[in-house]
Amino acid sequence: MTPTSSYAIEARGLAKEFRGAGGTVRAVDGLDLAVRPGEVVAFLGPNGAGKTTTVDLVLGLAAPTSGTVRVFGKEPARAIADGQVAAVMQTGGLLRDITVGESVELTAALFGRTSPAGPFLERAGIADLADRPVGKCSGGQQQRLRFAMALVSEPDLLLLDEPTTGMDVRGRRDFWTAIRHDAEAGRTVVFATHYLQEAESYADRVVLISRGRLVADGTVAEVKALAGSGSLEDVFLDLTEEPATPAEGGTR
Amino acid sequence: MTAVSQPVAIRAYLRLELRRMLRDRRTVLFSLLVPPAVFLWAGTSAENRATEIAPGTNLTASLLVSVALYGALLTATSGGAGVAVERAQGWTRQLRLTPLAPWAYVQAKVLASMVLGAGSVLVTFAAGAFAGARMPVSAWVLCALAAWAGSLVFAAFGLLMGYLLPTDGVLKYLNLILTALAFAGGLFLPFSDGTPMAALSRVMPTFGLAELARAPLGGGSLEVVAVVNIVAWAAIFLAGAAWRFRTDTARV
Repeated sequence: MTPTSSYAIEARGLAKEFRGAGGTVRAVDGLDLAVRPGEVVAFLGPNGAGKTTTVDLVLGLAAPTSGTVRVFGKEPARAIADGQVAAVMQTGGLLRDITVGESVELTAALFGRTSPAGPFLERAGIADLADRPVGKCSGGQQQRLRFAMALVSEPDLLLLDEPTTGMDVRGRRDFWTAIRHDAEAGRTVVFATHYLQEAESYADRVVLISRGRLVADGTVAEVKALAGSGSLEDVFLDLTEEPATPAEGGTR
Repeated sequence: MTAVSQPVAIRAYLRLELRRMLRDRRTVLFSLLVPPAVFLWAGTSAENRATEIAPGTNLTASLLVSVALYGALLTATSGGAGVAVERAQGWTRQLRLTPLAPWAYVQAKVLASMVLGAGSVLVTFAAGAFAGARMPVSAWVLCALAAWAGSLVFAAFGLLMGYLLPTDGVLKYLNLILTALAFAGGLFLPFSDGTPMAALSRVMPTFGLAELARAPLGGGSLEVVAVVNIVAWAAIFLAGAAWRFRTDTARV
């Protein structure tokens, strides 16, 4: 039995290197991070700062070059198989030719549950779309579908990787209403975002990374206080730098 | 803790996959309509029906088996290639966030295409029975089984090619490649012994399977070269597909 940890996420010296044509890129560079159960954490940083790579490491989709990451004290893959952690990815990950309801039902079946899709669709605010083919849904609707699929295993930890990119104002509002409504149950939520407003509105805690390193960590108020102006945007611009190689920017 | 057994997850996935295939017009067309149509068009002339190639067996029966094998190969190949197509859509990545193991996903896809392949062979053979194919009862059964089971080799071929070819329009390319391979391997029209084409056809991946599927017509003898052909190509495709698959799941 793995010892139970008091942390939802615990990363120590976490590092990930990618070998490419232009040499080795250290996307995550010795990250130490501990997230307590029930926290809602905004994960901020410029393009190429290592946000998505960190999310991949926490989900076990990538193996660290060095360091360790534990999710509720377990290997990430174990936590996934146990249904304790789920994620909403930014793009892809949906079959366009099946319906919204089928997507959720399949996910449930893969977790060995026979629960109907209805309640999950309702919690994600897309109950009326059950019979719509995924390919006919708007970006915002697809994102709420990913959220519904993530809810199926009733995860203790939910990771959102830039979940509202490309959504219009109403889509963003609806999405966050659904997330916030759901987080009241005590779920741990970690979301990467480019919208500082979302961090201010929805997060208990802000973690700012730049070039794969942690540069600020605290409550929204604490992090804001790091800049004389008290603006999160100023803190962001002061503490982060342009990525060394622009080509690495983006979400891979 | 949810401990989900892979067989349960595979069954759930298989059910959805079969529904998807029957809804997809292209799949239904190429698996269930094109093979019997090709047979009726090319194999059922009065001359073919009157030509005895073995006791109680006419040329129409031989052409029927060839076309049925072609249909089964087409179905198995697109089933295997579907893995790479869905990988490009980020679907395999999404599945990594469920308890379904990557190999179990491939297994479900291949199983589903084999079910459809069985349907393809049955429909084509039914057309043959109504349109004047004559062969012994044992040959009806054994030829159908051989064509169907042999197509499994091409599920691995499709899997490998899906990884190697650009995913855009991969099925279109594969249809062309497969048709070329079918002709080159003497699947439709065996080449006369001693010609250079006959020698070349013997190394084609379609040759061994064509010989295997037609073997019950001539009393069941199968040349060693055909057996070697099947085993060699099965090994090549399987090793190639396993290699690409393993590199891929390590990376995503």
